[in-house]
Amino acid sequence: MLQDKDRIFTNLYGLHDWGLEGARARGAWDGTKAMLGKGRDWIINEVKASGLRGRGGAGFPTGLKWSFMPKQSDGRPHYLVVNADESEPGTCKDREIMRHDPHLLIEGCLIAAFSMNANHCYIYIRGEFIRERERLQAAVDQAYEARLIGKDNIHGFPFDLVVHHGAGAYICGEETALLESLEGKKGQPRLKPPFPANVGLYGCPSTVNNVESIAVVPDILRRGAAWFAGIGRPNNTGTKLFCISGHVQKPCTVEEAMGIPLRELVDTHAGGVLGGWDNLLAVIPGGSSMPLIPANECDHLLMDFDGCREHKSALGTAAVIVMDRSTDIVRAMARISYFYKHESCGQCTPCREGMGWMWRVLTRMAEGRAHKREIDMLMEVTTQIEGHTICAFGDGAAWPVQGLLRHFRPEIERRIDEYAANPHPDPVRIAAE
Amino acid sequence: MAVRRLAEPALQPKSFAFTAENLDWAKGQIARYPEGRQASAIIPILWRAQEQAGGWLPQKAIEHVAALLGMPKIRALEVATFYTMFNLEPVGQFHVQLCGTTPCVLRGADKLIKLCHDKIGEQFHVTADGKLSWVEVECLGACVNAPVAQINFDYYEDLTPQSFTTLLADLAGGNQVKPGPQVDRQLSAPLGGPTTLTDPNLYARRRPGQGLQPALLDADAKTPGTAANLREAPVPKPPAADSSASGKS
Repeated sequence: MLQDKDRIFTNLYGLHDWGLEGARARGAWDGTKAMLGKGRDWIINEVKASGLRGRGGAGFPTGLKWSFMPKQSDGRPHYLVVNADESEPGTCKDREIMRHDPHLLIEGCLIAAFSMNANHCYIYIRGEFIRERERLQAAVDQAYEARLIGKDNIHGFPFDLVVHHGAGAYICGEETALLESLEGKKGQPRLKPPFPANVGLYGCPSTVNNVESIAVVPDILRRGAAWFAGIGRPNNTGTKLFCISGHVQKPCTVEEAMGIPLRELVDTHAGGVLGGWDNLLAVIPGGSSMPLIPANECDHLLMDFDGCREHKSALGTAAVIVMDRSTDIVRAMARISYFYKHESCGQCTPCREGMGWMWRVLTRMAEGRAHKREIDMLMEVTTQIEGHTICAFGDGAAWPVQGLLRHFRPEIERRIDEYAANPHPDPVRIAAE
Repeated sequence: MAVRRLAEPALQPKSFAFTAENLDWAKGQIARYPEGRQASAIIPILWRAQEQAGGWLPQKAIEHVAALLGMPKIRALEVATFYTMFNLEPVGQFHVQLCGTTPCVLRGADKLIKLCHDKIGEQFHVTADGKLSWVEVECLGACVNAPVAQINFDYYEDLTPQSFTTLLADLAGGNQVKPGPQVDRQLSAPLGGPTTLTDPNLYARRRPGQGLQPALLDADAKTPGTAANLREAPVPKPPAADSSASGKS
């Protein structure tokens, strides 16, 4: 288990002062000027050396992403955009950072922007987080007042930070959709290339990073890349905020080392699965876009990028959704399909039409009103959606369905047999959970 | 995709204009973006228009904002119909947005949805006293506090059918309600108290300028650019000479 002294977000639960004074007492804004003084290359190399991988889902190395920005400006301004549009079902980690440790995020923005020569930063926070936005804005105002950021600040690097918000669209968490939305348009993703590092916000070089990726950077630089790289396993380093939701005794958000075994995570912090570990049916390890992992593979599951990959899933945002044996697994997945149907932006046909189709078929399968050959057909349709859309939304919607079919095909067949033995026109009664 | 249309003409007000105070605020918002990029401010300004119009966006308000930003009307309409937090028809004084996505359903959101049907009616139906309306929304991003409902600006978390019934009754009756978790719990910490961050040394007052000590003081353990997996702590070196031997002679 990670020791308290190695935790970065020391005010995760809001028990202490979120303001500038409290944040300083916990170590924020300490030696920032000296870190900037060591130069751009030092910062990027340190972040690369720490092994930090993006915390927003894809796990792309953060330092590498920063190094894609043009070294010399061609006259266009550079932008840093922070993705705080946290909407992945199961995920609620950035919310805690923004309302309880906002100064770590602001300091991280300054450092990241400096390393990419971006004098402007936009934080795009989801529209529903109204109180979190007010808190973050208050912290930004404090930082301006203390001249930590601003045009003429004590760090000698002109830096403006704007807190922007959305209005309830999951797709705006996709980086190019986020840029479109920030430009005042519908949030429909752009084709890549050109990548945002060349043509991003307002047609200028931009980098989009997750809140957690940015907020851990000041501590990495303060304590040294070796400290961060020493936690977890090679290629999966550092600490991570895990959100444990669903059928556990005590759902919670907690900062832990990467690579912690799932069972230890759930038992230590969330009080265990309802009805004991043997009552586990499946977990979704990284937010609803990732395939589920059935209970028999969960005993030795390590919660990091490679550990989840070994089980044909992914760490995603490290949002663990636990489902016990009382769960109607087909209905639960059908509801996830409904989520994707609702949130599809409608730009690409495979996604716009496919999401509704998958949801309708899964809803029928939950009741058993289907043919067994439709299971294969559903699988085929998911592969026709996956990889055939502009953004990764199509993949993220196809994977959970594939995970269901891969691991729970007998359950669907059982329901079909049951219904075929007793066909009836009424809707199947669903037992209350 | 969700089909979203403007409210019927009968419901639409004849005109809309920002109050002087809101207009000033909107101009302040526009100034936050680079010159010529005033369209960026459309979401915050539409949001303020929705607040002024009583929780929903009439057609005239969308057109007013489009004119303010110098955009074609259709661009503003696109934005207003794309983002689901813009209510295109009237809502109650307390508009309940109840999360119905899987993590909340696993914790019993189904019962709350049924309760809304029983107490309030269909989605977007406003109760006779104008107080309540509800809609099932997708993930609100507070899954460890499921089930969750957002009512106007605040989240109400860890709901049960009992606490949700009381909450709705209190809102309709004009009583004070407490946002956040509705059970005895510190925000997103586990029920019964945090399992981490209990070390008091973390919060000991430090002198200004004296931050956290680095966990590793080993300066030569790495060089810039070294890959993370090559960064094991160096093997301890044996003592240079046997001090006991030199002591004997």
